[in-house]
Amino acid sequence: MTQSKDTTLTRITDLGVQFGDAPVLRNISLTLRAGEITTVVGPNGSGKSTLLRCLIGAQRPDRGEISHAPGLRIGYVPQKLHIDPTLPLTVARFLSLPSRVSAAAAREALDRAGAGDLYGRQMARLSGGQFQRVLLARALLSRPHLLILDEATQGLDQPGAAAFYQRIEQVRAELGCAVLMVSHDLHVVMAASDRVICLNGHICCEGAPEQVAQAEEYRALFGTGTQGALALYRHDHNHRHDHDHVHGPGCAHDHDHDHPHDHEAAE
Amino acid sequence: MSLLDDFLIRAALAAVGVALAAAPLGCFVVWRRMAYFGDATSHAAILGVALSLALSLPIFAGALAVALIMAVAITMLSQRGHAMDTLLGVMAHSALAVGLVAVSFLDGVRIDLMAYLFGEILAVSRLDLLVIWTGAALVLALLSWRWSALLTATLNTDLAHAAGVNPAREQAVLTLALALVVAVAIKVVGVLLIAALLIIPAATARPLATTPERMAVAAAAIGALSGLAGLGLSYHYDTPAGPTIVCVAAGLFLLSTLLRGRLMTRG
Repeated sequence: MTQSKDTTLTRITDLGVQFGDAPVLRNISLTLRAGEITTVVGPNGSGKSTLLRCLIGAQRPDRGEISHAPGLRIGYVPQKLHIDPTLPLTVARFLSLPSRVSAAAAREALDRAGAGDLYGRQMARLSGGQFQRVLLARALLSRPHLLILDEATQGLDQPGAAAFYQRIEQVRAELGCAVLMVSHDLHVVMAASDRVICLNGHICCEGAPEQVAQAEEYRALFGTGTQGALALYRHDHNHRHDHDHVHGPGCAHDHDHDHPHDHEAAE
Repeated sequence: MSLLDDFLIRAALAAVGVALAAAPLGCFVVWRRMAYFGDATSHAAILGVALSLALSLPIFAGALAVALIMAVAITMLSQRGHAMDTLLGVMAHSALAVGLVAVSFLDGVRIDLMAYLFGEILAVSRLDLLVIWTGAALVLALLSWRWSALLTATLNTDLAHAAGVNPAREQAVLTLALALVVAVAIKVVGVLLIAALLIIPAATARPLATTPERMAVAAAAIGALSGLAGLGLSYHYDTPAGPTIVCVAAGLFLLSTLLRGRLMTRG
């Protein structure tokens, strides 16, 4: 697969998923392009993880379709991974599942993920941060075109999470891969993103972080308190500002931007 | 003397065959926390024994069929959201009870129930040996063929999906292997003690191993040793063979646990 900017890696068209009678995702249309960092934010139960599970093939959509570019390699960092203490597993062995990789390739991926010293360690004895870096290394082994992270910083403290996202940006710069992540760490994660998608069963709004932070739909979901924090954690990197801020169809929120909102006062 | 040697050798071969297949499979049972799954499947086998006798089928065939049906039923019910431990408690004991009642309906067939509950290793025939070693070879072949995929699916189902491994298929492989082991082991250790041969060697091997492969090999060795030593002791002291084998395995478990404690305090 040849890669240049604006190469479409994955196109999601009118995706819908329901568990029993309960719709979890509806009318999701989304295009992921090479080299772009996209963040999906949304409250609990908004379908974020389900969306990612559809992308890696773990969840079959009830409607719509997902088309990947031919030969697309996806690296996946799961939300959390419990390794039973009865399973003896070194980091090196873990990286060789399900297919063997050379020691050199394993060490290179570990170095890139900032976990170079963990090669021979037992998985069950790693700290949360070390574990997360090993998971990242595993996802990088295939030199992915698209790196997918599901709440990858759960269990890390704020400096740990910030360092992890800086590492992701560095990986993106080195490998040129696109990144799609889901997170609760709104402030930190949004600062590192090219594009933010605000999800609540459907796509409420999307655009550059600043635009989304200003959007009524976003503030209705997360309150206004995030704005200041976003500015606080903002750090310099090259953003592309050519995204349009688009309202999703069927958005349940009030679209009158001049209208004062009660929920802002409640924050 | 030669006759005596002969039945002891057959018994030893049977014990080693069962141990070699049961122990590596038992590692997965331990890693995936499905100890009761093994129990339920083996308890169901007594119903298979009753059906085989009623229909004049080979014991092996009836036990395999019912164990397989049981394992599949449990897997399907647990996917529908029933709590696994409750489900297994219900199924295991119901299956055993139904089996025992079914046996009592058999007219004109005088069967020694104790032989199926606790095994009758000293009465193993050449044909039994053939069945045991064919079954064991099948299970080992199945496990080594699917080894990496099984391990990946054991770690995390989403991770497996992302790596192109179908966790449902790997679960089916384990279910099939479990039913096979139960069916071939009935004659050796009996329905009540099969789960012991699955779990105790694996648990004993855990402190001695640093990788999953070493744990499986160590478990197989420990299982075989328990089988041989148990047979020897049972012959010498005239104790029931199946339970004696399990007693030796339990003793080895105790040793390895103490050894681990010593290593931990020293290190």
